[in-house]
Amino acid sequence: MITAPVDERRLDALRELLAGMNRAPGLADPRNTLVPFYQFGTLHVARLVIIEALTNDDIRAHGEEPRPWPPTLAFLGDVDGDGEWFLAELAVRAGEGLTRIFDHCVDFSAGHSDLLAWMRDHNRRPAANYVNWRGRTLRQVREEAALVERLRAHLRSPELVAMRGHPLAQHAALKARVDIAVAEGKLRLSEPEPTPAPWWLANILHLLAWPLVLLLLSPLLVLAAPVYLWRLRRLERADPENRERPGRAHLARLAEQEDLDVSNQFNVFGQVKPGRFRRLTIRVLLGLLDYSARHVYRRGYLTRVQTIHFARWVLLDGGRRVYFASNYDGSADSYMDDFINKVAWGLNLVFGNGVGYPRCRWLVLGGAKHEQKYKYTLRRNQLPSQCWYKAYPGLTAVDLARNAQVRAGLALRRPTRAAASRWLELL
Amino acid sequence: MNGAAANPVEYADMQGLLRFSHAHLAGCRLLLLRVREPRQARRWLARVPVLSAEKSPRLPRHAVQLALTAAGLTALGLPADVLAAFPEPFLGGVAGDANRSRRLGDTGANAPQHWRWGGAGPEAHLLLMLYAAPGDLDTWENEVVGEGFDTAFEVLHRPPDSRMSRTEPFGFADGVSQPVVDWGQSLKLEVGGRADFRHDMALGELALGYRNEYGLFCDRPLLDPRRYPGADELAPAVDAPGLHDLGRNGSYLVVRQLAQDVAGFWRYLEQQAGGDDAGAESLACALVGRRRDGAPLLPGGRPAPGGINDFDYDDDPLGRACPLAAHVRRANPRSGDFPPRADGPLSRLRATLGFGRRHRGEDLVASTRFHRLVRRGRVYGEAPDTGLHFMCLGADIARQFEFVQAAWMASATFAGLQGQADPLLGSREPQLGGQPTDNFHDTRPGAEPARLTGLPRFVTLRGAGYFFLPGIRALRFIAGCGESGNGA
Repeated sequence: MITAPVDERRLDALRELLAGMNRAPGLADPRNTLVPFYQFGTLHVARLVIIEALTNDDIRAHGEEPRPWPPTLAFLGDVDGDGEWFLAELAVRAGEGLTRIFDHCVDFSAGHSDLLAWMRDHNRRPAANYVNWRGRTLRQVREEAALVERLRAHLRSPELVAMRGHPLAQHAALKARVDIAVAEGKLRLSEPEPTPAPWWLANILHLLAWPLVLLLLSPLLVLAAPVYLWRLRRLERADPENRERPGRAHLARLAEQEDLDVSNQFNVFGQVKPGRFRRLTIRVLLGLLDYSARHVYRRGYLTRVQTIHFARWVLLDGGRRVYFASNYDGSADSYMDDFINKVAWGLNLVFGNGVGYPRCRWLVLGGAKHEQKYKYTLRRNQLPSQCWYKAYPGLTAVDLARNAQVRAGLALRRPTRAAASRWLELL
Repeated sequence: MNGAAANPVEYADMQGLLRFSHAHLAGCRLLLLRVREPRQARRWLARVPVLSAEKSPRLPRHAVQLALTAAGLTALGLPADVLAAFPEPFLGGVAGDANRSRRLGDTGANAPQHWRWGGAGPEAHLLLMLYAAPGDLDTWENEVVGEGFDTAFEVLHRPPDSRMSRTEPFGFADGVSQPVVDWGQSLKLEVGGRADFRHDMALGELALGYRNEYGLFCDRPLLDPRRYPGADELAPAVDAPGLHDLGRNGSYLVVRQLAQDVAGFWRYLEQQAGGDDAGAESLACALVGRRRDGAPLLPGGRPAPGGINDFDYDDDPLGRACPLAAHVRRANPRSGDFPPRADGPLSRLRATLGFGRRHRGEDLVASTRFHRLVRRGRVYGEAPDTGLHFMCLGADIARQFEFVQAAWMASATFAGLQGQADPLLGSREPQLGGQPTDNFHDTRPGAEPARLTGLPRFVTLRGAGYFFLPGIRALRFIAGCGESGNGA
């Protein structure tokens, strides 16, 4: 995520410039001239957001003076492979447009000639990152979507219609058609690219390192736990809750960019409750979240939630603020309800450290289960995106998984009758 | 928790519609009113004989119920800051915002600009609901409106009279599944508290001022009598000492006039079935998700053990008996707080952490109990001009009606489906990216045709509104607003 404070005198101009990239409120035209997203072969989702501290004054409830937070432009993208490569690709394909955009930022206007170096300087690592399906590349998504579309069209052809009730024959006929299409170059089904060995090695080290560190520290942790919990409960009992409803104009700004596609974007920006205790807690919990997203929740679900494509949590302002961005399927209301009913405990762990969040007990209990308070707090801290891009409009995370199953089923050499009919059901 | 002892139900202060559907009064007339003269309107409101929810030894021979729009509350003089404490969907109205219309699927031919009422033009302020025997509606109307009515109100629109009917115009049993309201307030209320689907529903999901399925109170205006004289006549707020509850014993009412193209519906199905009547019937059952007599579509064609409403879809995760896209399955997916068969503490822990899913698509649908509608709809007209006055009550428009309509009906991706909005209610408008919403997959084995594309529109929205159905004290308070010394 590239972030840079915006020159406040040029804030409106920046908004206008970014709005010009869209074909609907907040929704990118893939072929816009500033950042031609469609040209990026590894970019799944991207967004430009002006991060503003709309609820900056909420921290006064803790008796603290709010810290200044200049409106900050953020550029986020989720790509296959190396993020460094993506920055370089950006500089090449969208150098001119990005220069025009970043020119509205305070320290860019000071005269930066090397865009790539500037972007590297302003790149921030997320504290936690979630990917719906690790290793599923954009190329794979696109090829499989084209495959499924072709199979569905074939399925309607007279030849296939005549074979109804004979799943094995249908499977074989469809397979033959796909083979021809591949041979004729009308369809591509690339083999997955091998994961580089150094990456594997690093991943295994990462997998082992955290438990090892925890194990080594465990005597200390056991000793510290009572003190930690005592302090935690004292804070939880005293922390003020948000009592305000989101403004109607604010809600309208959010609503105008919702449900334009089967997926939606979501930004939340809030302050961490004051004190080192909370800052440390959120850092550790986000670390755990990142670890489990990397090693456990990597195949289509984050605990019970199966509708998130990508999500990330970034600590800003020296860990005093959290920015959360996600790309999810369905409408915002169902997203919020889904979370309350399925993963309130998970929300509480992270956002329970945020200013105004409904009262939690023991980090995981309560919190989001205060349904209305939770929704108000979340909406108040939510921000619209200036420009959001998704490389596969109309496809949900479930669709992507189904498409991959279709491809896998097509490759079966001698399917049983039952397997062939199950496979046909996917279409 | 014994909710009934802590917070007894005040039937006398509640409009009867919350508790009864007035089924013995077969006729129903709706009048959409606009305030002409606020003083006269308030005076009329103060004496209109609204029927309460108390049981009487003899069934009433007629009934009148009354609901208001946000514009109506303003017109009657409710202070703006009190109004602002109502929830956003009620304030915005069902037609007030293109974004809401998009979410609800009120687009294309269903868009508000085409409605006969509730869309463009002057806004309605009140909804007057008259119930009587069909032949008595005129007399009853005359009696209710009485003197001074015409100076007080303008009748903006009279939707066609409707009647109590066991079947809706396409020919299917209607109103089979209703939540069972927990009037005794004995349900255990907490998130994750009920693994399986049940018909019981917390009273606070229907009536404001009682605990909802979260064990909490839905938002509503709570007034300080020191600021708003007359507010001390309202019930004290159970959850906020010193404040009085304008919402108490009230509810929100959503009304939608759904015109049904009965001939078009059956013509299309017969075409698809190649002129075969039994095939058309079978396909219709798949679209609806029930048989004509209301019997559910269950695996193996078995009947539901304890009557036609005693079942869930746990044994049919892939829609082999009842397609996932079928209308009644979307409107009431009968899902619990946990995926099926997470009974013990260990299996619940496993489910909570997201492991152990057995089928594709499992656990995609939200827990149903937070999204229930108490329906009070009736059938109007005769073919070709017939349909349903869909009416539902609830304490939270956004979480109940709007959620069901947007996430379950209008969404083409319900439960992991693709391109399939509700087969009966869908507007058939493509999504912004051009993806279709008008497909239907009949996933029953051997179904023929199995994949319908380009479903025509069978139901067209002719009018709609969001209303507040106040408790009786609240109605008197509203009628007193704007009078000297009140609601300043």
